Amino acid sequence: MIDLARTPLRALNRELHAPAGDAYEVLNPRGAHAVAAGLCHAVAVEIRGHVGYYCAGMNQLARVTVHGNAGVGVAENMMSGLVRVRGDASQSAGATAHGGLLVVEGSASMRCGTSLKGADVVVGGDIGAMSAFMAQAGRIVACGDAAEALGDSIYEARVYVRGKVASLGADCVEKEVRDEHRAEVAALLAAAGFEHDPRDFRRYGSARRLYHFTRGNTY
Amino acid sequence: MTLRESATFDRPTIAAIQRAAETGVYDIRGWGAKRSVPHFDDLLFLGASLSRYPLEGYRERCGTDVVLGGRHATAPLHLDIPVTIAGMSFGSLSAQAKEALGRGASEMGTSTTTGDGGMTPEERGQSRTLVYQYLPSRYGMNRDHLHAADAIEVVLGQGAKPGGGGMLLGQKIGDRVAAMRTLPAGIDQRSACRHPDWTGPDDLAIKILELREITDWRPPVYVKIGATRAYYDVKLAVAAGADVVVVDGMQGGTAATQEVFIEHVGIPILAALPQAVQALRELGVHRTVQLVVSGGIRTGADVAKAMAMGADAVAIGTAALIALGDNAPRYAADYAALGSAAGFYDFQDGRDPAGITTQDPELAARLDPVEGGRRVANYLRVLTQEAQTLARACGKAHLRNLEPEDLVALTVEAAAMARVPLAGTTWIPGT
Repeated sequence: MIDLARTPLRALNRELHAPAGDAYEVLNPRGAHAVAAGLCHAVAVEIRGHVGYYCAGMNQLARVTVHGNAGVGVAENMMSGLVRVRGDASQSAGATAHGGLLVVEGSASMRCGTSLKGADVVVGGDIGAMSAFMAQAGRIVACGDAAEALGDSIYEARVYVRGKVASLGADCVEKEVRDEHRAEVAALLAAAGFEHDPRDFRRYGSARRLYHFTRGNTY
Repeated sequence: MTLRESATFDRPTIAAIQRAAETGVYDIRGWGAKRSVPHFDDLLFLGASLSRYPLEGYRERCGTDVVLGGRHATAPLHLDIPVTIAGMSFGSLSAQAKEALGRGASEMGTSTTTGDGGMTPEERGQSRTLVYQYLPSRYGMNRDHLHAADAIEVVLGQGAKPGGGGMLLGQKIGDRVAAMRTLPAGIDQRSACRHPDWTGPDDLAIKILELREITDWRPPVYVKIGATRAYYDVKLAVAAGADVVVVDGMQGGTAATQEVFIEHVGIPILAALPQAVQALRELGVHRTVQLVVSGGIRTGADVAKAMAMGADAVAIGTAALIALGDNAPRYAADYAALGSAAGFYDFQDGRDPAGITTQDPELAARLDPVEGGRRVANYLRVLTQEAQTLARACGKAHLRNLEPEDLVALTVEAAAMARVPLAGTTWIPGT
């Protein structure tokens, strides 16, 4: 157990980078930034309270749970492991993440999964505007609604939304949902611990009209 | 009747209009600004005479080392010379070229820099000191490479295209480049123009905190900006916690960008450098937060003039590629076959006969990394020697001792931008 009310952030992260144990509980984060950033061992970290920016940034192997809300960029550039936010997440949740699974049990704000590079993001509630912007690979599942400009300039990431989509961004289109996609959604929902019918989700992805610089590239 | 060419509609302008009308697509090219702008050529050194005492030009010691990043990092960089290799991506350049740059820089005790697209083993393996760029695209970014870096450079922009994202045409997105960037092979790649998880200077401070926490505060954190509002940007970068600020002038090169961007956005390094120094001085951190400048550095005179104006070091990009062998006359026939010529080739099309700005295996194999490294080291050696010669002539026993008082300007414009007197006068326009 590490109490951030008495332990400097730097000491916490140093311990987690070279852990003596395999399970940690972090108390009193009080919105601190970069909590449990840069982890690279298969440790379990339970954070009791709200965290600021970049919690579990660049996570590798670790299983981090935030028992509260998370600020901007939770699990940004995650490589592997599992990050779970019991509450809501602010902007850019899972930005550029290459691998692993990010679960937000509440809603995620703008730019969820922006520039995603292979990780999976499952959000229990809504996702904000510009989510999946330039998302390159990986899957985003939103059990609620998606706000404006979903998937703007998206590459090969796949986005599934259960509720309404306010609008699609440049080069993002709705696509057919086939059995393999329903199976994919079912597996992601199971991994995240959500009980929804995969048949309720619609799929969005790239129209691939912006892959080359041509005179048609105008929006 | 004598034919008269229009100054407004000159031949390049006419050709550009005709090309636009033919294709319907704006021109995308590499290199940097080709227009003439006020530059270090417009400054001269005042060598020693009766009122100043010179050092012997060949023998007396003139130091060249520099320490970068000691403000917050526990492992600042100690470089033997103040000339570094600027960030250029694997993707834009061949793996052989990146390795050669590492070899040359290491031989001379200086640093090289990754680029958009991540870190290659060839580059890391041959670079004694490697700066790892942290770019908006985050292509290839991962924690292990962050830890393998000797310094981290948070890139906000570059001089060739401040405010614009990167481009790399499909010819260069081969299988290896595509895999490193998590992109489909063969597409025309865009790099984001803004970072995905922060939006302003206050956020940048938190981002830098995160990078330090991830790396246990070991490597220095640079912040690189394209030269526009340099005075304000440098102040904000310092406030955000940068150890080193890099300012890249509009003459800086690029792998590929819209021609209109290259020629019409940003300001010359001659204009940006005094703004940056003023910002650092007003904050009381000049020499504590080091200033690295780039964008059109070609000679030891450029190095010495930049340092006299207050820079701690410089970075070279285009010049390093030329040193490697780019645009060499021996490939004249190949350049002609591409519709270009030695001295005019712009890097973007991926068919570089010199094997430097290409991902074509056969072309890339033309570049021997060992020989290329030797050429880069030679070039860095000459830059350093030239700068030392000028410093000694000004009576300076170390390059860092050069000062604005050693300089005068040849033109009113250069005097105003560089904030040194017009030659033969005491007049600094604007002061």
